[in-house]
Amino acid sequence: MTTPSHRTVPDVVAYDEAVARYDPVMGLEVHVELNTASKMFCGCAAVFGAEPNTLTCPVCLGLPGALPVVNGKAVESAIRIGLALNCEIADWCRFARKNYFYPDMPKNFQTSQYDEPIAFEGYTDVDVDGETVRVEIERAHMEEDTGKSLHVGGATGRIHGASHSLVDYNRAGIPLIEIVTKPIEGTGVRAPAVAKAYVAHLRELLRGLGVSDVRMDQGSLRCDVNLSLRASADAKLGTRSETKNVNSLRSVERAIRYEVSRQAARLDAGERVVQETRHWHEDTGVTTSGRVKSDAEDYRYFPEPDLVPIAPDRKWVDRLRSALPEPPAMRRGRLQTDWGFSDLEMRDVLGAGAQSLIEETVAAGASPASARKWWLSELARRANDAGMTLAELPITPAQVAAVQGLVDAGRVNDKLARQVLDGVLAGEGEPGDVVTTRGLEVVSDDSSLSVAVDRAIEANPDVAAKIRAGKVAAAGALIGAVMKEMRGQADAGRVRELVLEKLS
Amino acid sequence: MSDPPSAPRPESAPTMSRDEVSRLAQLARIDLSGAELDHLAPQLAVIVDSVAAVSSVAADDIPPSSHALPLQNVFRADETRPSLTPDEVLAGAPASEQQRFSVPRILGEEP
Repeated sequence: MTTPSHRTVPDVVAYDEAVARYDPVMGLEVHVELNTASKMFCGCAAVFGAEPNTLTCPVCLGLPGALPVVNGKAVESAIRIGLALNCEIADWCRFARKNYFYPDMPKNFQTSQYDEPIAFEGYTDVDVDGETVRVEIERAHMEEDTGKSLHVGGATGRIHGASHSLVDYNRAGIPLIEIVTKPIEGTGVRAPAVAKAYVAHLRELLRGLGVSDVRMDQGSLRCDVNLSLRASADAKLGTRSETKNVNSLRSVERAIRYEVSRQAARLDAGERVVQETRHWHEDTGVTTSGRVKSDAEDYRYFPEPDLVPIAPDRKWVDRLRSALPEPPAMRRGRLQTDWGFSDLEMRDVLGAGAQSLIEETVAAGASPASARKWWLSELARRANDAGMTLAELPITPAQVAAVQGLVDAGRVNDKLARQVLDGVLAGEGEPGDVVTTRGLEVVSDDSSLSVAVDRAIEANPDVAAKIRAGKVAAAGALIGAVMKEMRGQADAGRVRELVLEKLS
Repeated sequence: MSDPPSAPRPESAPTMSRDEVSRLAQLARIDLSGAELDHLAPQLAVIVDSVAAVSSVAADDIPPSSHALPLQNVFRADETRPSLTPDEVLAGAPASEQQRFSVPRILGEEP
């Protein structure tokens, strides 16, 4: 006899089915670590990757009697971020203590802002596959980053199964700006794409402001994803889950897809979505239940008594506003027009993170087309091989422009130019030096070329005969032979001319 | 038995219930027995109500304040200063390992 099986609820339903039945609403919280020299409230260096607990002091450790003082540069960056997101800047605001017991903060509270954020009520226009989507910004507030925990004894350094945890407080106190969107509605099936585009857009905007390294891989840009489903666009908002630490653009997209599919399965089964924190698992592409979300009042926020209020001077704010860089979308459009690139070419440039590099290469004298060619082909391949970004390659835009200058002057051909790039990347000096030390100059004096051509004709009498008989296409074989003999250091166009002259 | 001296209590003054004190104790990780709650809750209520009496004195022309000094915009230049050494930092740690503070296992309580 078999026992009647319980009707089991599938974990997820197919994404397309889920969005056909439900309307997703998202809220994105992005944490940005500022690139100030020092921490938010003390003079410890704010850098990534130092030895554990070498960058702490009584203030960021919260030792008794320590007195924090706000980093003015961090406030300036916060205001600039707010302005770039079209936010209002508070006339007056305070820090607050967010009280909780978790060892990532040695103080048992995090200094943050509660109901008085420095920036609020803004928006930003995001390009999603060629269409503009306006994302409303609820607030951008200042806070401090927390320490880093290492969970020992578990299989993968995760919380579950750990026997104890080890904490490094170097990161505790690094200035952090939390940017919170209003609910993003009406995106439907495109919700994951919109979320990804928003985070990418924000990263570009923040990079343009120069306020952060915005390295998702190093945690200087982190994203929490809130998602809820409702039956239709006019129904009231459903219960949301908050998926923490979604730390790559691709994961933002995947995590939202997964949550849509998961919540739809719950709702299809007539169950409720639990309001909770969820953990994102990069490797398996699923989220798992964390803990039931605390109410804000559980944190017992209260105004930070050790820090005085901040009342940004209006003239200061106006000055910062007028000095904001050109918004990324506008800059993109301007450069594309200036350079005469097609949409596809421009997309490749942006995808490779080469826009600024090409801009600087052009400024150093190269044509836009040649600058694009070097960065997107030769240098992109070398960066890829080295596991670096283009910007990390040890070559400057001015050096790339100089290499192109050598090509334009006929001193090297494309093949030799690639060797010049290799030399520069290997630290052999400026392009001109590499040409000299490696002896890469194109041989263009006719006497030595002529000798080589004669030798090639002699060595390939049958090919020569064909050319004499009018088969010009056969010249390629002779040109190849000459180039080989000259070890590539010949002007192929000139060699061709000589071959045809001699055999006409 | 005489009535205890009572602070003037505005009609709207907050008062602490036993449940609230119990909840706060939980959030503050203070383990209170039922007897302790019975003992402490009324005392805390008296303290909170006494403090609340301030609001009955404050008129509309007195803005609420969170700081004792009328200061604002006290900023520090973005300059680094030497940090403590790891030895100094970890001297006060109950336990350390790999130059880090060793703490009990954390069970899904991330903020």
